Parts: sequence; structure tokens; C-alpha cells
Amino acid sequence: MSRALRGLAVLGLALLNAMENPGAAQDIDALGGAEFELSGNAAFELRIHPESPQFEGQRDNRLAPSVTFAPEFRLFWDTARFTFIPFLRYDPEDTVGRTHSDIRELNLYTESDDWDLTVGLGKVFWGVAESRHLVDIINQTDGVEDIDEEDKLGQPMVQLNLLRDWGEVGFFLLPGFRERTFVGQKGRLRLPLRVDTDNPIYESAAEDRRIDAAARYAHTIGDWDFGASYFHGTGRAPTLVPDFDANGSRVLRPRYEVIDQFGLDVQATLDAWLLKFEGIHRSGQGDSFFATVGGFEYTFFGVSEEGADLGVLAEYHYDGRGDDAPPTIFDNDIFLGARYVWNDEFDTEFLGGGVIDQSNQSVLLSVEASRRLNDQWSLDLESRFFLNANDDPLLESFSDDGFVLLRLSRFF
Amino acid sequence: MTLRQLTKASTAAILSTVSLVAGALLGGVLLSDQASAETPADKGLAIAQEIDRRDLGFENSKTVLRMILRNKQGESSTRELRIETLEIPDPDVGDKSLTVFDHPRDIKGTAFLSFTKILDPDDQWIYLPALKRVKRISSANKSGPFVGSEFAYEDLTSFEVKKYDYLWLGDEDCGESMPGLSCYMLERRPLFENSGYTRQVSWVDQEEYRIVKVEFYDRKDSLLKSLTLTDYKQYLDQYWRSHKQHMVNHQTGKETVLEFDDFVFREGVNARNFNKNRLARLR
Repeated sequence: MSRALRGLAVLGLALLNAMENPGAAQDIDALGGAEFELSGNAAFELRIHPESPQFEGQRDNRLAPSVTFAPEFRLFWDTARFTFIPFLRYDPEDTVGRTHSDIRELNLYTESDDWDLTVGLGKVFWGVAESRHLVDIINQTDGVEDIDEEDKLGQPMVQLNLLRDWGEVGFFLLPGFRERTFVGQKGRLRLPLRVDTDNPIYESAAEDRRIDAAARYAHTIGDWDFGASYFHGTGRAPTLVPDFDANGSRVLRPRYEVIDQFGLDVQATLDAWLLKFEGIHRSGQGDSFFATVGGFEYTFFGVSEEGADLGVLAEYHYDGRGDDAPPTIFDNDIFLGARYVWNDEFDTEFLGGGVIDQSNQSVLLSVEASRRLNDQWSLDLESRFFLNANDDPLLESFSDDGFVLLRLSRFF
Repeated sequence: MTLRQLTKASTAAILSTVSLVAGALLGGVLLSDQASAETPADKGLAIAQEIDRRDLGFENSKTVLRMILRNKQGESSTRELRIETLEIPDPDVGDKSLTVFDHPRDIKGTAFLSFTKILDPDDQWIYLPALKRVKRISSANKSGPFVGSEFAYEDLTSFEVKKYDYLWLGDEDCGESMPGLSCYMLERRPLFENSGYTRQVSWVDQEEYRIVKVEFYDRKDSLLKSLTLTDYKQYLDQYWRSHKQHMVNHQTGKETVLEFDDFVFREGVNARNFNKNRLARLR
């Protein structure tokens, strides 16, 4: 462990050193009519696990370091832009799953007054809720990064948006499917059985080369922002099917069904109130079903002398999916949380909350905090803990993997 | 969950500051003479209207702004942002602004879109580039610090005549930044809710209607901050913009300096980009 830690520290320092004097790498340089920009970040992370893991084969390390590197290359023209954002994580504890690389973005974007077009690997976010991203479906989740489903894999796409006075319409052609990533056998926050990502099952005969499609309409009227979306294609979340691998060991095989999903997201912004709603109707994974998340964020402004703000959040989750659909923890849950924003020069922020299951009382506790140290460095704290998780079929696997994570990031 | 709220909406605002502070004041016509028969309230309103009138028709502008924050110990940190402003000529609707952070690096690409309202809270969206997420945010709070600076949101938002009541307090020498010029002392009291001030007193030069200095009085009516605006330049033979603004908080001893690059008017600002959907593809 300590050797790995030292190795990482050396690697990290070398990286940071290389960035310390980037010379021409800063900001914008002319390059054949375009302007070139290099930015990005490298981070050192330390996960602290107070408990030993529950499954055989998991590394029993209390301190689990890892590093990430995500440079961002951009070329700007007057009405066009090229973006390349690779991502790399090295995790000595889990070199099979969590150690991975991805191309988050590699695309060409061009815009005119009333339309724009993105071609390549890209990322798109839809939705308004804080504790679950229900309508968001274009990108596959990078499941080894975190359990909050906010880290996404780059998705091949042709995205055309039309901007009209009556709103924006976006059309998406998604050629090629990205499989969800899973933590390896030695890592924390994994399922009891190995997920056999080498042998996924596809409903579509085209497998991961199916061309999916989606469309979205979004508009703002007064205090109301809303979006309506439709997706037809391979569902991003797999159903995990028990099976045996070539060696006769029990595994879970990811099965990806072709689904139809309608989504609706609405936010009303009324003074200090944000009222939020997301709902979907999905068919193609067993019986068709509805799922919703709805709630509010209310902000008390200026609660300290220095002008800090306190927000309180509550969201209710319902999900009517059956046993044939990929399982979710949000079947009948309440999220309660608080956000504290110092409004200081370091952008110090805190967000904490819990998702409480109404039927089995399991709780997913989550804390995120961040603070800028100086122009180059930032410090984040993240924590997830699983309480009363033994009766929850999903959270149970994670019940001993609660952690506190410290992340030191160098931006350039 | 998504942590980054980034110091509320406020950024958008900055953009417009420009218009309040800088923009508002252009010049030529002297209206002091016609004021003899007016009450101080009438004359105050007339001065505000003249400030506003002289900034009409700029259509759009853009600039780069450096914010230097300094605490009592003298430690400083810098933010750099690009600001685009789109004029909305209707006096009952405020201007629109788009603000993008370039520095510090951890918030590079973070952007604010703001539609200024007269008495209602502004419409504001923040763009978080790492998540590619656009969030509509509450702007009910006008008095909170903007990205940790000594500027409050309401100090930066665009100057709209109907936001305030006015009172002409008298005339005074403009002071060292505009030697030899006389200034109107103009008091304004906010009409919108949730202001952090009972009143502000501005010094407005009588020739070009540039705001030279502003004193801000908190809700207990004690002096909270003062702002000095210098390095004025005139654009398109009409529009005056200050390129250096210095805010001092007398209660905390902290300071913030705004340094503006030259402004560019009527060039390279696309009205279509003042749109929350386009915001999601800003970067």
C-alpha cells in the first residue's frame, strides 16, 4: 500500500511539475487561423475507508489513493470549435476496472444564428433534479468513477439544434453504444459477483453498433423552464443477468435492451424557491413504467455576516419499474439535503444530504464540499455512507464501502 | 448531486455593471439650468433620466474584465471574465448579459446568462462546463457578494431608471479624478425588494454625466462601501465607459478593483447566444 502510495505521489508530482511551467501551453495561441487553448486538470485522490470490505478478493486498504488526468484541447474559429478531452484514471487498487481511460469529448461544433451542429464524441446533460438524473440519457454513465451517475463516457453523436422564438429543438443521431463501466473484483463499491463486461447481451442484432436516436424540445416561459424529450435506442442502464463464465464461475452479464423513453423536466424559479420535476415513461424493459422525481430547493440568503447562503432541498422519488428492468434504489425514496455557500473568495461550498428509502429505511448519505486553495489548486471532500443497508438489495453490496474522499486538483 | 452553485447568480450581473456604472453616463447636454424650478426629487429623476438617455442605442458591447480582490492583510486574488452586453431598448425591460470566467482555472468556462428586470428578480442561468449543465438559479438575493468580491450583485446589474427613487442633494466639486468639473450629488433609493442598501449617493459630472463616485449605505444607514470610477474613455463619440473601478468596504477593510479592457461596440456579439439553450454549448 505505502509503496503504491509513494509511487503515485512521485507520478503525481512529476505531472504537476510538468504543468508548473507550461510555457506556451497557457491560454490562447494563434494556430493557422484558429486560436488554440490548452487547459484541464490533474488530481490526486485519497479515499479513506473506515471499514473492511465484505467480499472476498476486495483489497482491504483503509487508504486508497488514485490519480486522474484530464487535459482539454480546443481550437476556436469564429463560428466553430474543435474540442478534445481525454480522461485517464490510475487506481493501483483496481487496475482492471477503475484504472481506465476514455475520450470524454472529441468533436467539431459549428454554429449559425439559428442552428448549431456537433459531430463527434460529446456530452449532453438534461434535467433539473439534484439527487437523481432521471431524464438524462444521451451519455453512458462511467460507473467506476462514482455512484452518483454524474461521470459520463463520451458518446458518438450528430447533434443538430434549431433555435426558434418558440423554443429549441434538438435532434440526436447516436451511432454506437458505450457499455457501462464496472469496478473490478479488487475494488470497493462493487457487486457481489463479477460483472462480465466482456460478454454483454444485446437485444439489438446490431449490438453496440446500433444507431440510436433522440429529440428534445426545451423552452423558457417567464419563471418556467421546461424540456420534453424522446429517446429510442439501447437503454444505458443494463439489467444484470446471473450466468457462468468460461471458467464456470458465477458472474453477472450486462443485458442491454432497446427502449423507448419519454421524458419531461420542469423547473419553476419563484424568488428563493426552485420547484423541480422530472418524469419518464419507459417501455422495452419488461412492463412499461413511469418514474418521477420532484421537489424543491429553498435558499435563505445572507445567513452570515459575510453573506453566506443556506439552501434546503427535498425531493421525492417514485419508480414503478418491475423486476425485468434494471434495478434502482429510487423506487420510493425521499432525499433531504442542505447546501451552504460561503460566497467567499475561495468559492467554499458544502452540499450534504441523504436518500431515505421509505420501505426499508436504508439511507444513502452523501456529502460534497470544495474550496479553492489558490489560482492553481483546489481541494474537494466527498463522502458516501450506507446506513441500514442490509435490507436493501442494491445498497447492501456497498454497505461496508462507505468512504471519505479528499481530492487535491491542479488546474492549468 | 451537483455541488457547484458558484456564488450565486451574480456573475451575469457584472456584465451589466458596465452599463450602470460605466455605461450610464455620456454626455453633452447640461440639464442643470432647467432645474431651477424643480424639487430635488424632480431634479434627481431628471439627472437619472439623462444618464440613461445618453447610454441609449449602444446596441451591444463586449469587454474583458479583471477583478482583483484584496483582503485586510493585503493578500489578493484575481478573476478574469469576458462580458457581453445586449441592449434591450424597451425601458420596461432590462438589458441582457453573458459572462464567462477565464480565471481562476477551476471555474474556467463557467458562465452566467442574465436578463435584467426592472423591479422583479432577474432571470439567471449558470452553466457548469464540467457537467455540461445549465441551471436556472434564484436571483432573489441582490445583496450577496459577487464571487467573493466587494461588489454585490445589485452593484453590477444594469442601470435601469425605474429601479430607484431619486433625490438631488446638491452640487459639489468632482474631486481629483475629474479636476475642475462640478458634480451633481444624486441619491437613489432602491424600489426593488431585498436590496442591501437604504440608499446610494453618486457623484455625477455635469458635463458628460459620468458617475465618478458612489457611496453605499447599508440597511442601518451607515456607510458600507465606496466606489470610485476612473479611466473613462468615450466610444462611438457618445458612450463613456470607466476602465477602472475601485470598491472599498469600510466595515471589513476589504477592497476589489475592476480593470476593464477596451470595449468593443456593435461587433462580434451574437444576440442568439443570449439564450439558455445555447449556453449549454458555450464550451
